[in-house]
Amino acid sequence: MNETQAWTTIIKPKDSLWSIDLKELWRYRDLNSLFVKRNIITQYKQTILGPLWFVIQPILTVVMYMVVFGGIAGIATDGIPQPLFYLAGTCLWHYFSDCLNRTSNTFVTNSGLFGKVYFPRLIVPISNVISNLLRFGIQLCLFAVVYIVYAISGCTAHMNWYALLFPVLVVMLAGLSLGFGVLISSLTTKYRDLQILFSFILQLWMYATPIVYPLSLVKGKMAAGFDLYFLMHLNPVTPVLEAFKYGVLGAGEFIGWGWLAYSFLFMIVLLLLGILVFNKTQKSFMDTV
Amino acid sequence: MATAIEFENISKQYRLGLVSTRTLSHDLKRWWTINILNREDPYLKIGETNDRSTKGESEYVWALRNIDFKVEQGDVVGIIGKNGAGKSTLLKLLSKVTGPTTGVIRARGRIGSLLEVGTGFHGEMTGRENIFLNGAILGMTKTEISRKLDEIVDFSGCERYIDTPVKRYSSGMTVRLGFAVAAFLDPEILVVDEVLAVGDAEFQKKAIGKMQDVSKGEGRTVLFVSHNMTSIKSLCHTGVLLQNGMVKEIGPIEPIVAHYLRGDSAIENHKQWDNPELKGGGFELLEIGVCKHGDNWTTIMRMDDDIDIVIKYRLTIPFNSFWLTMHLKNEQGEKMFSTSGGGRCYETRHDKGVYEQVCHIPANFLNWGSYVIDLMAITADGGIHHLIGAHGDDIISFSVESKEKSIGGWMYKEPGNITPTFDYSESKLS
Repeated sequence: MNETQAWTTIIKPKDSLWSIDLKELWRYRDLNSLFVKRNIITQYKQTILGPLWFVIQPILTVVMYMVVFGGIAGIATDGIPQPLFYLAGTCLWHYFSDCLNRTSNTFVTNSGLFGKVYFPRLIVPISNVISNLLRFGIQLCLFAVVYIVYAISGCTAHMNWYALLFPVLVVMLAGLSLGFGVLISSLTTKYRDLQILFSFILQLWMYATPIVYPLSLVKGKMAAGFDLYFLMHLNPVTPVLEAFKYGVLGAGEFIGWGWLAYSFLFMIVLLLLGILVFNKTQKSFMDTV
Repeated sequence: MATAIEFENISKQYRLGLVSTRTLSHDLKRWWTINILNREDPYLKIGETNDRSTKGESEYVWALRNIDFKVEQGDVVGIIGKNGAGKSTLLKLLSKVTGPTTGVIRARGRIGSLLEVGTGFHGEMTGRENIFLNGAILGMTKTEISRKLDEIVDFSGCERYIDTPVKRYSSGMTVRLGFAVAAFLDPEILVVDEVLAVGDAEFQKKAIGKMQDVSKGEGRTVLFVSHNMTSIKSLCHTGVLLQNGMVKEIGPIEPIVAHYLRGDSAIENHKQWDNPELKGGGFELLEIGVCKHGDNWTTIMRMDDDIDIVIKYRLTIPFNSFWLTMHLKNEQGEKMFSTSGGGRCYETRHDKGVYEQVCHIPANFLNWGSYVIDLMAITADGGIHHLIGAHGDDIISFSVESKEKSIGGWMYKEPGNITPTFDYSESKLS
């Protein structure tokens, strides 16, 4: 060892904006998998039904939708049996909103941990998005069971080649929720009002996404001089949901590659922006949280 | 030896008052002055010290100011200071929990920090699961932890409970498990904050022993914060004394600890009063001082010097019996012994007037270090002893330097506060 040996750690007030240490993130991959394990193990400890709740929640939600939107409001479902139509939307939306909810208060809920030890903070939101996949998977199984039951009884749902897009769609949902989540979590460390505002917005957001109604219903409708059909496409979650419902159920018509690309690009830009802001925040958040 | 860590002009600023620090208006003002007017940050004022007990001008405080020092490789550094001196902030900067406001820290090697034991423990998970989680949080890989799992479990002494959720553990057991994981962390630089203060006596001994192994045997650089001076002294070679966010002193651990314990009051081996502070009941203390025999107050006293404690006092009323008692205290504030002129002055009548008493401490009696004297004036009335006036607590302090030592001999301080010379005899028996 001598003086000329390079410094391995340099701690400065401000790093450059682009100093995202991917190597470091990779070095902590074991922590990521342990966090995933922790999230899964601890979620339903000391509950009687345990992981069964993963299934009960969507079932009750779908029943509610069938009563309110299908029954009372009488909204059409593109000729798809109501349970299938609602379940498809609910599963995807819940994955998105759960991830978003959990990642959006990363700093606030983990301040005790973050205040005592350093590790790449990004591990926490990433592990949340991954551990939520388990729940998503179980809910998809439920969807598959319902689907098979309907297929045997000869229903109108038709799976087509676009269903192969499914893995890409999941990645897009995960990316979008991660991007929004880290961005919001960075902002809420300073101004806590955003958290309240955001949980409210998330509720409204669901209605701006075609879950309880088909997108085709909006076609040609105007709101305050704007084309509602076009506006709804701008919601980056819409193309993902629509592509899934078209591919798996044959509901409505294909959203078009353009809109899917838009959604994908939206995700990439959002992720980059979110991670940049997150990275900047993690240095000083202990003083502001 | 190479430098392991280098602090260069490190400062850290916090804002007082509100829980959330900056407001939108402050952010805007800061942004305006820095980026548009091209001036310095309006909230980074220079020149105010961070004293916990005094009210400051600005609502921004410097938790750390211009910290500048280097740590050698393999050194064990104890960071000491009062509450709020900036010790924990320094460790937080070093463990990257928060960033400095100005300055740079450079380090060679992986930094492992232990600001708390059992960070990230989840009550619902078993001891074993928590070992993995905690280890990974501290920067270990799964394979590393599996390799050391048996040792960790063994060291914690919680083998029986290892598959029980941690929420069923006693608090002591949780701490044991947490420390056990941390003890088997092996970064080149280890940062430890006050974690040894927990657990029972047996475990503390074990923990300190482990820390000693880490620093001695394995040659790692350790930064250690504690209020326990005994563990600091037994573990560390170098001390850094922080005061109000600044480095007050840096050097070998023994004198630093001594200075810290003595506090702000500098050594004052001579005091004289025109208006006596210690008085009452007819007794007034006029002057007190400690010096080398036959010399003046300013000379340095060494172990092999005869030392005189000179006390000048006035009696405004006569006493049938009167004497002075002194308690000598060491750096830790422990009373070492009590001495009084009672033997000679006991029950001697003292008339009104001014007296001077000299207590003579022979050479080579006090070990080197600093000492504090409590003084009390006592009278006996019909066999019952009375304290006259007030207790003179910490009335004066003095320090004794070591005598010259020959190179190659025992260069350090002998243990204990006194080094009396006794008569020895020895004869060869066979």
